[in-house]
Amino acid sequence: MTTRKLAVISAGLSQPSSTRMLADKLAVATVARLNEQGIDTEVQAFDLRDVAQDIMNNMLTGFPSPKLEAVIEAVTGADGLIAVTPIFTTSYSGLFKSFFDVIDNRALTDMPVLIGATAGTARHSLALDYAIRPMFTYLHSVVLPTSVFAASEDWGSGEGKIQTLPDRIDRAAGELAALVVTSDRSNRVLDPFALDASFSPTGGFQSN
Amino acid sequence: MQFGIFTVGDLTTDPTNGQTPTESERIKAILTIAQKVEEVGMDVFALGEHHNPPFVPSSPTTMLGYLAAKTDRIILSTATTLITTNDPVKIAEDYAMLQTIADGRVDLTLGRGNTGPVYPWFGKDIRQGIPLALENYALLRRLWREDFVDWEGEFRTPLQGFQSTPRPLDGVPPFIWHGSIRSPEIAEQAAYYGDGFFSNHIFWPASHTQKMVRYYRQRFEHYGHGTAEQAIVGLGGQVFMARKSQDAVRNFRPYFDNAPVYGHGPSLEEFGSQTPLTVGSPQEVIDRTLGFRDYVGDYQRQLFLMDHAGLPLKTVLEQLDFLGEDVVPVLRKEFAKNRPATVPDAPTHESLKAQAAVKAAEARANGGKGAAFGLTSNPASIGI
Repeated sequence: MTTRKLAVISAGLSQPSSTRMLADKLAVATVARLNEQGIDTEVQAFDLRDVAQDIMNNMLTGFPSPKLEAVIEAVTGADGLIAVTPIFTTSYSGLFKSFFDVIDNRALTDMPVLIGATAGTARHSLALDYAIRPMFTYLHSVVLPTSVFAASEDWGSGEGKIQTLPDRIDRAAGELAALVVTSDRSNRVLDPFALDASFSPTGGFQSN
Repeated sequence: MQFGIFTVGDLTTDPTNGQTPTESERIKAILTIAQKVEEVGMDVFALGEHHNPPFVPSSPTTMLGYLAAKTDRIILSTATTLITTNDPVKIAEDYAMLQTIADGRVDLTLGRGNTGPVYPWFGKDIRQGIPLALENYALLRRLWREDFVDWEGEFRTPLQGFQSTPRPLDGVPPFIWHGSIRSPEIAEQAAYYGDGFFSNHIFWPASHTQKMVRYYRQRFEHYGHGTAEQAIVGLGGQVFMARKSQDAVRNFRPYFDNAPVYGHGPSLEEFGSQTPLTVGSPQEVIDRTLGFRDYVGDYQRQLFLMDHAGLPLKTVLEQLDFLGEDVVPVLRKEFAKNRPATVPDAPTHESLKAQAAVKAAEARANGGKGAAFGLTSNPASIGI
């Protein structure tokens, strides 16, 4: 059976976190879609909260701790990425953005990315398209057409409403699976002696 | 092997008492520290160059010129000289002058600078950092090696028949190190010319320094300057000592926690385990420093960052006593063990002079064939 790697990033803060719940649902749906196509999926899921201090330390010192480096390697070496953030003050959370700020800005080129967000009200749903999508476009990732937003009421209001969240999750998972199938990112042989992405041509300290 | 210290010359408030030295106090402190380097038996004092507060050394050759008169033995160097924003003509003049005044006890470490706005302040574009470093250095080399220079490039007004004065002492330009934290282009440049490569080392994990130095060594061999193990490597280091480890950690922690570069970020323990920073007893510093050789090979120069983050002068001088009395003598002995005879020492004015004399003799023995192409291995012979 062919194997593909899927990385899942959740920037949720609480326990349990609805952001993590959405991320998990997206991952499960994607794995199911890949399974239908005869593909085994290795999922690595990370709560950014677990490396929150490491992310800030990287921001200040310019290099990742071994713990954060492992997360960055898992994310950048995956065949697809599911990235989910809570919406804070009309945009991605600072923790979510900071994680992508410390990753080399070439490391996510061509990466299929499924973006998702959670918030207390559906009024924030466009943040996915005016904040999160442009960020990944800047990073030259392939952002899927379907992004998935879950407001509190999406987690179950009964009332016989049309269940749109599961539909959106399923559609997004299908789009991601289609790109992950053809990805060779996780099979690329890394030259252990190659100069890594941190060898920046602009060099030096960060300018300030 | 050479040992010494390098300073960035930051003017920082002492976090333990809230006191900030005046500029003149800090400048005088740097001069005192440099003379202490000679007193405790070390070999090199290297001074940074900055053009913005909180750093004081904007005019390195003024300070190094004073030190040339006040010292007899140590090599006066830089950490780093800004090859991007300085005019290479002025570097050629200033350091040839210093070289004469210091009787040859001068070398330079070239770098690109760490502050974005310095580029526009000097009329340069930071995005051109690497091309500036390459072109300016190529011109600097010619100014020191050819008596009259016709030159045209991208970044500076052309020169016709220009002679930089004074000429390098004994016709031998100062040895050049290329300093870098993370740019392979600079390691490549150092290798291309057969110059030294100085890795900052102290801000990033050892695995990174290892890659950079390995790359430089490979390229040094590729360009035919010798084997990879003969390349000229310098490393930074950062230590703080007390007789007892616990005292060192307790005394250094407030300075670490508030330091301009890494303060308010990782803990002292985290940073110490992820970078070469060593806070502890002299023996711990010895053990850690000897370990550098395991990942960069036998190397030529070890400089320590000692006076920063608001450490008072008295403390810095005590630290230099530790280095001179307890650490460096042991390092000299231990680094000499198992060092292949083929690994050279860092070039000095005397060794370069002797090398130039040998080359000149060879050229004469060959009937001066090289001169037919306008080449000469002894710059002093041009125009005589």
